[in-house]
Formats: sequence, structure tokens, C-alpha cells
Amino acid sequence: MQNEFVQSKQKEFAELKEYIDTVKNSQGILMQTLQKAQDIFGYLPLEVQQFISDETNIPLADIYGVVTFYTQFTIEEKGKHRVGVCLGTACYVKGSQDVMDKLADELNIKVGQTTEDKMFTLEATRCLGCCGLAPVMTVDDDVYGTIDPKRVPEIIAKYKNQEV
Amino acid sequence: MKTLEELKKLRDESIKNLDMGSKEDEVRIVVGMATCGISAGAKPVYDTLIKEIEAKNLSNVRIVQTGCIGMCTYEPIVEVYAPNKEKITYTHVDAEKAKYILDELVEQEVVNKAEKTSLMDSEFYKKQKRVALRNCGFINPENIYEYIATDGYMALGKALSMTSDEVITLMKNSGLRGRGGAGFPTGMKWSFAAPNKADQKYIICNADEGDPGAFMDRSVLEGDPHAVLEAMAIAGYAIGATKGFIYVRAEYPVAVHRLEIAIKQARELGLLGKNIFNSGFDFDIETRLGAGAFVCGEETALMQSIEGKRGMSRVKPPFPANKGLWGKPSVINNVETLANIPQIVHNGPEWFKSFGTEKSAGTKVFALGGKITNTGLVEVPMGTTLREVIYDIGGGCPNGKEFKAVQTGGPSGGCLTKDHLDTPIEYETLMAVGSMMGSGGMIVMDEDNCMVDIARFFLEFTVDESCGKCTPCRVGTKRMLSILEKITSGNGTMEDLDELESLAQSVKDSSLCGLGQTAPNPVLSTLRYFKNEYIAHVVDKKCPAKHCKALLTYEINKDKCTGCTLCARKCPVHCIDGTVKNPHVINQELCIKCGNCFSVCRFGAVEKN
Repeated sequence: MQNEFVQSKQKEFAELKEYIDTVKNSQGILMQTLQKAQDIFGYLPLEVQQFISDETNIPLADIYGVVTFYTQFTIEEKGKHRVGVCLGTACYVKGSQDVMDKLADELNIKVGQTTEDKMFTLEATRCLGCCGLAPVMTVDDDVYGTIDPKRVPEIIAKYKNQEV
Repeated sequence: MKTLEELKKLRDESIKNLDMGSKEDEVRIVVGMATCGISAGAKPVYDTLIKEIEAKNLSNVRIVQTGCIGMCTYEPIVEVYAPNKEKITYTHVDAEKAKYILDELVEQEVVNKAEKTSLMDSEFYKKQKRVALRNCGFINPENIYEYIATDGYMALGKALSMTSDEVITLMKNSGLRGRGGAGFPTGMKWSFAAPNKADQKYIICNADEGDPGAFMDRSVLEGDPHAVLEAMAIAGYAIGATKGFIYVRAEYPVAVHRLEIAIKQARELGLLGKNIFNSGFDFDIETRLGAGAFVCGEETALMQSIEGKRGMSRVKPPFPANKGLWGKPSVINNVETLANIPQIVHNGPEWFKSFGTEKSAGTKVFALGGKITNTGLVEVPMGTTLREVIYDIGGGCPNGKEFKAVQTGGPSGGCLTKDHLDTPIEYETLMAVGSMMGSGGMIVMDEDNCMVDIARFFLEFTVDESCGKCTPCRVGTKRMLSILEKITSGNGTMEDLDELESLAQSVKDSSLCGLGQTAPNPVLSTLRYFKNEYIAHVVDKKCPAKHCKALLTYEINKDKCTGCTLCARKCPVHCIDGTVKNPHVINQELCIKCGNCFSVCRFGAVEKN
């Protein structure tokens, strides 16, 4: 008996299987496979991990161990927009914590949480390497440099308005 | 391509075809399009330039995307190389200004509508020597022919005509040391792996640049990826490896993309693959993506991660040179180390040793960041002093603030004071004063930064990133963090300082890998050089930098307050009393120190104490 998630994602699972079949015979494929799976599903729920285990013969316990070790992998569904604030040293000394606090306030969530309407997930990111623009925040793939906390509401509004 | 002669021919043709600044009537315009350039808005500039030269029918102008030019503060940057003329650098370019650049070019006169700088003559460049970064900001990283035009892959051809022992001896003679942090001699590392017999050996490029505030490896990968590929092939030949892996952070999508392109192009020209230069040597490279774990920059953890496991470090020995990836002999070199290698082989070890000092040969790239005027990527000969880097090149602290400390080596390094500014940059000298070279992050801090809070910040990072395998690191760093939090929240005692110091020493002495062994450095160095700040937090319950919220009080200066009521309206806990046009007062018992009043006051009447 398949659960609801598996049934609703048949196409995604087929895509993942296709990928696994191409790499199956090489060494050390777990990380790549998980990265691909997260690309496809957006996150790595237990059903996806079980599927990878079945297809690759890697024990589920090992897969779960890897998923929970690396910060980039997530077992929870994220919001539609991922808002990140760089907490690298260069950004931190230039006040990125204030930007983070303002965002938490504006979105009414804590770091790592997702808003109730599943619109935004707030994340602290590691150094993005654009220290020249510090402090930096990102929304999905858009990068905002030299951010003043006062600009936060305006930036968030931009993404909210896209939906309307 | 099978011979060095063919490569030379291709180089000469490429120079002719690509206008590398040698032809009479051609103009080369480069747009800095590394991650920081793109983030600052270089893409629309590039698109506009392409569109405009078509519209204006300027067939003699070539627009080229390039890697990091190095002056992050001035991005987006466009540089114009015209024959027999000095290079012109345009800064803060947008689509509108891009049009003016072409106008100036066509009309042969300066209209001066686009912002220009003559940084070339300035100290910013004068004190630099570009070896690892030589092509960054000039060639198009997505075009192998541009790399070949700058003598690319000549070193590989040369190395393959030597014996592998000769290559290793050459590396040893050059004095090149690992640029990833610890400074282990590269030639020595190779010589350990070379004699080991195995059916498979590996060359691994460590591109897991996790130090916050360091971005030189990203810049090399984005600006000159072929240099890294060429170096890996040379290393492979030297130790007898036929396979290479580049372990790169997933946070660097542009670098990954350009590496993939570079690998594909090198394979197409036969510079990677089977029987390279008809020498019988096979070598191929694959990329592997990290997934956000700082500890994977440690070599044994990195290899675990490539194998698809949790990236946890292990005891050494056995060293990777004996038992590395999948138990096979492996050599791991950092990106910047590799970027030096083709030129060392091409120009000879004596050339390389002509830069730097006796014990630390060559140059070092630094990512200058934090409270500094010219944030950017700089490459200086070893032995340059911190003062030259921070003041002559970096321009000192902005907004007239006073320099307080410089942090080198990321979470593994230490904070140095203005007394250390004349320390020459070398592996040993930095270690002696309690910091380290590290991978090359250099973060400047001014009077507004609290050093206790900086130590806390780094500890928070290492607690988060400890892999959890050994107890000193897993538990010790956590205990250190809680003491630091106690101090920054105003509850610390003098005994805490002693405990912090002895704990830091224990963690340093007993941790399994480099992460734990160096994690206490930010604490130990701040305790050593900024003890007075710790004491101010503990005894006077004051934060001298006015940063630690718990130790601050907000007060309203009666003389400056106009009674506009704005602060009272913005206060989330309604603890500000006062009537219109009369000075307001903050009720200290209710104040949660959120700082709202301070940031909204237009008259500077709210004061932090």
C-alpha cells in the first residue's frame, strides 16, 4: 500500500530512478543522488530516502545519517521563497545580525522556520563569498548587497506582491 | 592535440584570433563576472555592451566576460584594453553607463559620464604581485583558447617531457607550501605518495572553501579554472595518479558551472583523457559537490564525503598519501596551491622563489573584508606586512573609525592588534603571534566591534560545524561557548576567564583534527590581546565597543530631545514616557534594549552607554 506522497509524486520518482540508473555502477554516489533528489522534490522526506535505499542498496540508516549530517539537506518542506542572510565573518562585523533580526521580525518567524503560509523560509547561510557587498541577504537566487535593515520590508514586499 | 609543437601553434593562433591586446586596431572590453560582479549587476552591463556593439556595428570591439578583477567595492567593473593605450577601468557601471563607455570609445574623447578610476597607478595594484590570480580578470574563463593564449597547458606539456621524479624535485625546489592553511610543503606531500604502489591513486583538489570571509578559491575557480585542471594533471603525473576529483562547495554554483565547462573543453582538446601529449599518461577529472559542512575542508573528512559518507575526520596516520580515498594513495591540494603550479613548472622554481621570503616562497592571495575601504581580492608577495595590506592596499578603516583588530585564518585563526601591523606575512611569523595564515581570509575590525562577541561568534560557528566524533571538540567547544555567552550577557565572573583559558588549551591539545585543534584560537588570541575587554564585561559589566546588548543602557539626552514622540511610538514595550515637545525618558526597568529608539531618532538624542 503506497502512501499519499508516493502516489502524488510518481513523475518525480520516475525522474529520480532514471538518474540513479545512470550512476548506479560508480563509487560514492550517495551525495550526488541526494543532491539530485533534493533538486527534484525540494526536500528529502523519509519516502524519498527509502526509495533511494531500495534503488541503491545503501542502508536507510546510512542515508539518514548523511542527510542529517550536512546542513544543505533538509527533511522538512521549505517555503516557496528561501530568504538567507549571510552570517559569514565579513557580513557579521558589518551588521548582518541586525538584518537577520529585522527579517525574523518582519516575517514573524525564527531562523530556520517557515512562515505558516509556506511562502518564506528564513535561513542563516554560510559565507556566500561576496564579502565586498557585505552585509548580504539573498532571496532564492537574487542577491541583495550592502543591506540596511530598513530595506527589509520593501524587499519582502516585492516577493509577496509577485503572488498577487 | 598530441605534441607541444601543436600546442604552441594553437597558442599563437589563439593570440591572433582572440585579440589579447596585441593587435593594432582591436579593442578588448572585459566585464568582471565572478559571483560578486554578477551579484552587483554585471549581467545587464554585459548584455548592453553586446547589444550596443551590434547596433553601432563596432566589429573591432570584443566584449569578454572575465573572472574577479579584485576590487569588489567597485563592482560592476568594466575594463577597456585599447592598443597603445593605458587600460581604462570603469567602476560602478550600470546599463546606462555602459553605453557611455562605447560612446567614449567611438568618439575617442573623454565624455566623462561614466565613473572612471585610475586605480592602476594606485597603491592598490603597486604592492601586488599576481601569480595565482594572473589570469583572473583578464581572460574569459569559459574559453580554453584564451587560457592557451596565455601559455596555458604549456607547463603540462613540459612536465610530461620530464620524469615524474624530476617534476617532484622541481616542486620541492620551488619551496611552494600549501595555501590551505597549514603550509605543508607541496613537493614533499607529492614525494610521500609517489613511491606507494597501488592499482589506483587519486589527486584531490580541495575547493571546500568554508572559512567565512574567504573567497580566493572561488575567484580562482571562476576566473581561471583551467589553471587548476592543468595543475591537477601535473600532480597526477608526478605521483602516478590517473584520476582527479575536485571537491567544491555547493554554495559556489558559478564556479561549478565554469569547472564543468573547462573539463569538457580540456577533454575535447585531448588535454585530459587518454594518452595526453602522446606520453602514455592518462588523466581525467570529476567534480564532487559538498553539501554545507565546514569540517569537510579537513582532508580525511573531505575524502569521507567524496565516498558518500558523513564527513567525519579520522586519526592520522595513516596519511592520505598512504591510505586516502577508498583506501588508495591520494594527494590533496588546495585550489590556490594548485593555481601556482603551472607557472612554477613553466617559469622554473627560481622564478617562483624570487618572490616572498626564504621560508615562505611566492605570493599569497587574501580576501580583504570587514571594516575596510577597499574590500577586495589581493595577492601580495609573502613577507609583505599587515600594515601594507590593510592601509596601503586596503585603504584602512572607512568612516574615520579607528582600526582595532585584524582576523586572519578564519575560525582557526586569531585576532591581531595594531601592535602586530608590522609583522611580515609568513607562515611562521603569524603562528608565533597566535594567529595563522589560514586560507587567506583577512577581516578588519574597528572600534565598534566587540572582541568578546567576535570570539563568541567564531565559537558559535565551530560548535555548529564540529562533526561530533571526538569529545574535546564536541563538548569542549560547547562549554567554551556557554562561558562566552555568560560573559556577553553580563553574568561572567573572573573565574570564568580562567576556566575559559584552561578549557581552550585542553581542546587545542586533545582534539582529533585541525578543526578542534584550532577552534580555540579566536578565544586564546582575544584573551591574550584584549583581556581588558573581557575584564570590562566581567567586572564593570560594560561592553567598551557598545555592542553587547545586555550590557547597554539606552538613555535620552534631554538637551537634544525635541519631544517629537517618534521613539515612544516605535517602542515595542511602551517604556518611553513624555509629552509632545518635551524631553522623553526611558524607563530602564521595562526597557528590553531592542535599540528601536536609537535607530529611529533623527536628532541623535538617544545615547548608548
